[in-house]
Formats: sequence, structure tokens, C-alpha cells
Amino acid sequence: MKIYVPRDAAARALGSDDIAAAITAEAAKRGMTVQIIRNGSRGMVWLEPLVEVETPEGRLAFGPMTAAEVPALLADLKNHPKALGLTDALPWMAKQTRLTFARVGVIDPLSLADYEAHGGLTGLRRALTMDSAAIVAEVTDSGLRGRGGAGFPTGIKWKTVAEAKADRKYIVCNADEGDSGTFADRMLMEGDPFTLIEGMTIAGIGTGATKGYVYLRSEYPDAIEVMTAAVEIARAAGLLGPSVLGSGKAFDMEIRTGAGAYVCGEETSLLNSLEGKRGTVRAKPPLPALQGFMGKPTVVNNVISLATVPVIFEKGAAHYKDFGLGRSRGTIPLQIAGNVKHGGLFEVAFGLTLGEIVDVIGGGTATGRPVKAVQVGGPLGAYFPRALFDTPFGYEEFGAKEGLIGHAGLVIFDDSADMLKQARFAMEFCAIESCGKCTPCRIGAVRGVETVDRIAKGDANAIPLLTDLCNTMKSGSLCALGGFTPYPVMSALNHFPDDFAPQMREAAE
Amino acid sequence: MQTSTEIAARVGEILDAHEGMEGPLLPILHAIQHAYGYVPRDSLPVIAKRLNLTRAEVHGVMSFYHDFREDPAGKHVLKLCRAEACQAMGGDRVAQHAQNRLGIEWHETTKDGQITLEPVFCLGLCACAPAALVDGKVVGRVDEARLDQIIEGVR
Repeated sequence: MKIYVPRDAAARALGSDDIAAAITAEAAKRGMTVQIIRNGSRGMVWLEPLVEVETPEGRLAFGPMTAAEVPALLADLKNHPKALGLTDALPWMAKQTRLTFARVGVIDPLSLADYEAHGGLTGLRRALTMDSAAIVAEVTDSGLRGRGGAGFPTGIKWKTVAEAKADRKYIVCNADEGDSGTFADRMLMEGDPFTLIEGMTIAGIGTGATKGYVYLRSEYPDAIEVMTAAVEIARAAGLLGPSVLGSGKAFDMEIRTGAGAYVCGEETSLLNSLEGKRGTVRAKPPLPALQGFMGKPTVVNNVISLATVPVIFEKGAAHYKDFGLGRSRGTIPLQIAGNVKHGGLFEVAFGLTLGEIVDVIGGGTATGRPVKAVQVGGPLGAYFPRALFDTPFGYEEFGAKEGLIGHAGLVIFDDSADMLKQARFAMEFCAIESCGKCTPCRIGAVRGVETVDRIAKGDANAIPLLTDLCNTMKSGSLCALGGFTPYPVMSALNHFPDDFAPQMREAAE
Repeated sequence: MQTSTEIAARVGEILDAHEGMEGPLLPILHAIQHAYGYVPRDSLPVIAKRLNLTRAEVHGVMSFYHDFREDPAGKHVLKLCRAEACQAMGGDRVAQHAQNRLGIEWHETTKDGQITLEPVFCLGLCACAPAALVDGKVVGRVDEARLDQIIEGVR
């Protein structure tokens, strides 16, 4: 009997380790032979711990599982109180287009054989038959844009590095996923680490880089463990090293751990941190593509961007590009979080409206109260009111509504949320995490907290001051921390003016 | 407490192990903190000398990052997520409960030296918020009752 119990951090946070132990104990008691696979998560976090049992008909899902319900799992599957039916037939799964996350939750994350049996390494093998220009062209043709948030075309970045002349070049994977409401990088690294390794290797072969680094945040101990083990396995199997899969082309990589600084998710700050310096932001130009890590040409890409590369090479650029809307091509792993009934990861082509994502897929709030606001794109993303729920999910579409999709995290708030408090938090967070390089960010965020506090005390004159301050931060900061903190602040102010009006605040108190 | 000579010897071994690495300072600081539970002040000049940096530069790097401690933490470290997804599920209320229950503020350690309370901004457990990290282990859907259990569990 083969049973899948996720080792994903969200599943573990909800008790999957206890379930795995209970299954082992129960099997021993019954004298049964049970093989437990610690897979990634299928992304249905509200059903975690989600246990799957392999049957001739397919994998049957049971969840959320409790230790008390484990004995029944080894007895009468059909009448189990938590039986959900075939995993792949669940509406959440059936409605998705899983390209980047095709194997996450399906395979044993640390089995290279399992990885290959599910299409792994097909993309790399194809890339190894192509020259540098053809590899870069394939990525450009796919329309893939940086999934970290900025949305810069990945192929153009690769082309710049490929054409740069240098004795050394690097591939740096930005796995400093610090935005609240996002966990796609974590799930990918914990559930299908070889995909990231394969994507980075293709990037190396395509641009002439021989060394890669994954800058992985320290807040993800589980992901660090899985990625570190996966790199060792890949090296032992000849996937990494002086001759990638016997091609004669070299590529190797290292996992590096961050140290709790949010700003290191910004690429130039990340590079400084990787070099062992303070994580302060660098001015651009020079572009990291020309003078990045150690001053050498460097591709800095997000986990999801790099992990999407293998499927582009496996199925072809045209296949990937066929999905999406406008200039947002392909699929996007939505991360639905916060106060939501059905939270988790849902990979789908660009183009669903915000309302469909929140009300239909997410099923509304966990508390059952009305949705008041949705923050899209992390702590630097705007708060969207219900009035903007018709906005289609795409880079330009959200930009047109004074927002951003960022890393595609959505945090849902019910009507008990105080948007002035959220605006204050945005400023407070910026003040704590500012690297200190730009004055509008370093000082402005502190003044921002004070100004919001004035508004909270009923000083309506402070409202234009806050608007002015936001404009200064927006145009006077080098990176998105100072530059985008105005998004949550101004969207809260503009879309929820009642929460800032003195008479309304008095009434509420 | 170790003498500065003992620290220099142990830190020297850690530095040896990182020889030849590109940009080794963060891995070195992590290794020292892993060995001691914090980064002893006496280790900074040793690192500076080996990496050909000034003490001020090493201190500047160490103090930039939230992870590195100048002093030992309590026996257990409880990190509570303060980011937006956890706020949406009552994280602020749970944090307040933790502070009241332990009688300490953020970054402080209980008088008996048992528990250090720290804020963290996102553990990637945003769909099972509020989230906590207890001695490196993840916990989801932390309400007041669950938090009391966690505190009882480590005490």
C-alpha cells in the first residue's frame, strides 16, 4: 500500500508529521506493509493534512486528516469519514492548468527517477542540443516575464547576459520570497526541487554561466533542507557538475541562506547580500545582467520564472505562449491567502477576474463575513475594494488600476479590517525594513507612520500631507520598497476613505 | 562563557571551513550563530582579519540582518508572524495574547530564560494563518488556545 503524506511546510504546520507517524504505527500494529511518500502539497491548504492513497483507479484523497482517523484509512477506504474521492477530480484540481506546478504534490520531491518519469529533464536534454541563441530565443518566444513581480521579459535578460563578454557569469535564483500572502516559491522548492535545478541549468547553458546560487530566505527551513538535499542528489547523478548529463558543458550551484532582511528580495540588494555585504540597494545602471554578482554578468530570476523554463523547453515556447491574456502570457500560480475559506495555490492562465479568484475559487472569507479588501502582490501591493473585482489578472491590467500583481499573492480581509491600520502597517513595515540608502524611504516611512497617527487622531489636514509624502517616496526611492509602499497606503486612503474620515473614526470608537 | 582565545580557535575552524567560498560572510555568521546560538563580539575581529575587512564592516553586516544576535536567546525561540495574511486572521490579537501571557515585549526573553519572543514577517504559511515558528518548527492556525499549548509544551 502506497500512501502520500505531504512534507510541505503548510501541511507540517497543520500536523502532517503526526499523521505520518500514526500511519507507520497503525501499519505496524496490523502487520501491514505501507510505503509512505512524503510528497509536496497539492495546494489545497484548507484540506491539509491531505493524505492520498494509491489505488488502481488513481490516487484517492482524504483530508483534513486527524490522527484519530488514521486507523480507518487502513481498513475501509470507501467509507472513510474524510474521503474526498479522486484527487485529480476535485474541482480545485480539475479547474487548473498546471504547467510549472505539474509535478508538485504528485511526485516524491527527492526522487530523481520519479522526476524523470513525470517528464523531468526532457527540457534540459532538448536545450543541450541547441546553441545559446536558440535557447534564449525559445525563452523570448514563450513570452515568459519575471514572476518575482517586476514582470521584465526573461528572454531579454538572458540575451543581455548571453551576449556579454566575461570570464565568469552567474545565475542567481531569487528565493527570498518575503511578501506576505505568497508561498509559491516555497511550495515549488519543497515539492519539486529538481525543476528549479533544471531551469537554472538551462539558464546557465543558454547564457554561458557555469555557477548558480539560490538565495533562499532563512524563514523557510523546510525548503532549505529539501533544496540542499536535491542539489547533492543532482550532483551525484551528473545533472550538475563539470559535464551536465555528459554534455561536456559545466554547471554547478549552491544554496545560500538569507538572514531575515525583506529588502534582500530586491535584486541588487540580494547581490550585495550574496557577496557578504549589507543588503543595501544598488543604483541601476549598471544592470545586474552586465555587472551583477562579483561585478560579473548575472541572470537574477525568481524561483517561478526559472522553474517554468523546463516546461517551456519540454512542450515548446508556442504551447506556453498560447495561455494568458494581452502581454501576460502563460500561467500564473495564484496564492490565495489570509481570511479565505479555500486558501492555497491555484495555477491558471492569466485573465481570471479578481472577483472570480476571491469569490469563486477562494469561496469568500473563512469567517463568513463579507470581503472588504484584497491586497494583491504582497506588502507593496494595493488594496482592492469589491468595486474593482472585475479587474482581469494580468500585469498591465492591474497596473492600470494603480495596483500590481507582484508575485501573485492575494490576501483577503473581511469587513472587520481597519484600512487606516493597514496603511499604518505598510509605513511601519517600510520603516523597519528600509535598507537606509534613500532618504524618502528611510525617513519618509517613519514620518508616514506619524502622519497616519495624526489622521487617526482626527487631524484631517494630515491627509494631503500623507498624499504628498507618498509622491515623494514614489519618485525618490531607488527600489520598490520605498517606491511601492505608497501603493497600499494610497489605495487604502482612496478606496476606503471612511476609515480615514475623522467623524467616521469617532463613530467607530 | 568562553574566553576570547577559545572563541578565536573555534571561529578559526569555521573560517577554515569557508575558505575559497565566494562572498562567505553570511555563511560564516550563520555558522557561528549555529555554533554559539549568537555571534559573540569577540568573533568579529577574528573574522575581519581573515577576510581582510575592518571590524566596523563586519559589525555593519552583522547588524544589518535581523537574524544575527549579539546576545544569547532564551532556551526556546517563539517567532510569531506579523505580516498581512496573519493580520487578516487575527494575528495581532494572538501576538498581544503572547506578550501578556509571557509578560514580555518583542525581542525580549522571559525572566526564567525559557522563551524569547520575536516578530517575523512571513513564514509562507499564509493560507493557514496566523503562523508561528517554534524552535524552527512551523505551526499554523495559531489562536490563543493553541498558543497557550505551545508555551506549555516548551516550558
